[in-house]
Amino acid sequence: MLQNSGPEKAPFNWEKLMKHFKTALLSATAVVAFGTMAMADCGIENGRVSIIGNEFPAIQTVAAGAQECASGSVEVKANLTSEHQTLNVAGMTGNPAEYTTAIIANSSIVALINEDVIRPLNDLVEAHGDGLQPNQLIRVGDDIMAVAFMANAQHLVYRKDILEQVGADVPTSYEEMLEIAKKIRDEGILENPISGAYKAGWNLAQEFNNMFLGFGGQHFKPGSAEPNVNSEAGVKALEMMKALSEYMNPDFLTHDSNSAGTEWRAGNVAMMHLWGSRAAVLNDQDGVPEDVKNGTDIAAPMTVGGGSTPATTLWWDGWTVAKNISDEDAAATFLAMKNGIDPKIATNEETRTQAVWLLDGYQPTDAAKGVFAAVDMGTTPYPMLPYMGLMHTALGAELTDFMLGKESAEQALTDVEAAYTAAAKENGFLQ
Amino acid sequence: MKHSTFFWFFLPTGLAMLLFIAFPIVSVLIQSVYAPHEAVLIEVENQGPFGITKSTVVDQEATEALRAAEPLGRFVGLDIYFDRGHLALAEVGQAWSSSASMGEFFSALGNLPFYRALAFTLTYTFTATPMLIILGFVIALAVNTLPRALKGLTIFFSLLPMIVTPLVGSLILFWMVDSRGVIGSFIQYVVGNPDLSLKASTPMMWISLIVYGIWSSAPFAFVVFYAGLQTLPQDTLESAQIDGATRWQQIRYVTIPHIMPLVTFVALIQLMDNFRVFEPIVGFNAEAHATSLSWIIFNDLGGETRLLSSASTTSVLTIIGVAILLSPVLVRTWRDFNAKTH
Repeated sequence: MLQNSGPEKAPFNWEKLMKHFKTALLSATAVVAFGTMAMADCGIENGRVSIIGNEFPAIQTVAAGAQECASGSVEVKANLTSEHQTLNVAGMTGNPAEYTTAIIANSSIVALINEDVIRPLNDLVEAHGDGLQPNQLIRVGDDIMAVAFMANAQHLVYRKDILEQVGADVPTSYEEMLEIAKKIRDEGILENPISGAYKAGWNLAQEFNNMFLGFGGQHFKPGSAEPNVNSEAGVKALEMMKALSEYMNPDFLTHDSNSAGTEWRAGNVAMMHLWGSRAAVLNDQDGVPEDVKNGTDIAAPMTVGGGSTPATTLWWDGWTVAKNISDEDAAATFLAMKNGIDPKIATNEETRTQAVWLLDGYQPTDAAKGVFAAVDMGTTPYPMLPYMGLMHTALGAELTDFMLGKESAEQALTDVEAAYTAAAKENGFLQ
Repeated sequence: MKHSTFFWFFLPTGLAMLLFIAFPIVSVLIQSVYAPHEAVLIEVENQGPFGITKSTVVDQEATEALRAAEPLGRFVGLDIYFDRGHLALAEVGQAWSSSASMGEFFSALGNLPFYRALAFTLTYTFTATPMLIILGFVIALAVNTLPRALKGLTIFFSLLPMIVTPLVGSLILFWMVDSRGVIGSFIQYVVGNPDLSLKASTPMMWISLIVYGIWSSAPFAFVVFYAGLQTLPQDTLESAQIDGATRWQQIRYVTIPHIMPLVTFVALIQLMDNFRVFEPIVGFNAEAHATSLSWIIFNDLGGETRLLSSASTTSVLTIIGVAILLSPVLVRTWRDFNAKTH
């Protein structure tokens, strides 16, 4: 079963396509199942609820919960797809908006705020928000713009049997990870003991963000949209990524989280940095060798360069309410979505492991310890800035030459800043 | 045909062309000279599950006023055409003046996204197109000599690469060239280097993409040429045989001149198609090694903040590129047409 973390992107992935079919089948079954179940009383009299969001089990659970509110006078439908990001802005721009709510992450809410298609929820929270935890409310300035329901982060996944074999402790920094990788290679256990989502584009840029923040970098000059990645922290981050890539499969620039998972299950890898939501279900497939299954464990994200903040980012997934809909539909949407994130899903045996729920009564499962450690260690949340998306795209396109050894780190970072500046000028963030 | 008859006959087609071809191009053109308004940014405090952070947001009220005043956006003329993401005039000029040699200049040029994409797109177009024409022609000749009973089956199998969806076809090949895949392992065995990875080397990736391009498009050339071979003038061929022409001479002096118009046709279509190469790059996860103009458009639209003006500009540049590429063939067709009618 797919457990895709919210922010990841892997367009045109065959595995995903297959899962898409499975998901479609599952959601069809879910609809049938709920059709026969007693309808929940969500306190909605009238209204239209239409959900757009990513497709992975946790979000399917939330959408199914919202659909319990459907009745003769309340329509609730959901469109869950990995391509949600290309649909949500367009689908919420019209008046009335096609989608009354979008399930988003801290990176993708920015596009909705930039385009002004979601409404502040202050009045709805006041009227119907009982039971929501204060830390679930995403405030931008004075406005509550979203209600978060789950957290996610990338952290370490390792093979305890292999680490024992070379007599190493669980690495807490990337420097230690490199030393252990060298030992594993030198002892001839594995040729390429490290893996990760280093695919050119979004994934590679995200690994840079992690490392850059771990070295204490700041993507932008304080209080402005001026880029600031061509710095000492940027160069160090790239050098560390290059050093790690020496211990990866030579095809690492084509590996996204799916392929990294495949390498892992094949027993080719001893350590990798992976999304919490994926690590939890890494070995939930047929044919995974016993030593991989029993040897897999997860741990806190690592630090780098002697820093204290881990080299990773924190993410939340949450829902919003569209601006261009009637107040009645907005209230219906709020109530239905609130029913979708009813705290019972955080305690239900089947759904509690699907995510690190930010809901009342949630007890972390063993699979959640990596994400929890990330929160405890004060990890930096992924920057929620209007122009961060442009920086991420520029990083994804311009860092490959460095990783392939075709240019210096300084040149790659100069290119990133130039590409970002051109895009930011076009979008009016820079003059 | 009377003018009025022609007019009514052509009207539906003309309207459809206007609606589905002309208008979208005009819309893309307009979009490429307008950009989003300058964002009015304000500083706020964000609060969420992980604490409070200082952040910047777009001031919606101020931006709303700007949008209402100029709904198309801000007019930027050709600025986007000349920025770093596209023709990069300033960067090219700088590279020209600071480079000591042509090699240095070209490597500086290869560092700019548009020229890097153009380099691959042109290489791909000008190697895949002639090779797929030759391959298609050879297959057509071979199939044409087969006994009747075998022809149907052979034609069906020869067409398979064209029938397979490009994305699926390229994915299958992508798996096969993996260092643990069938072709990948075979090449490692032939070269005698077990660490060789096609996906990690830029030239190998380019070759894989070009091979894929030839594989997937050769059937098209084959079908067209095979149809052409059915109309081969038998008496000319027989007289050539009586004159003692070898098989090669028959092909060179009878077959090729006969199907030459078809070669022009296939070249025209394939140049256009190959210039818009996109699916194999996605299917092969090849963006680290090779990008194309279409891939740039896809990438501009795929980010969290979409670059609509930038994507439109690249689209217009692609249209101009296709027009330039096709101009020799079009001029030739026009001359032939004139020569025949006058």
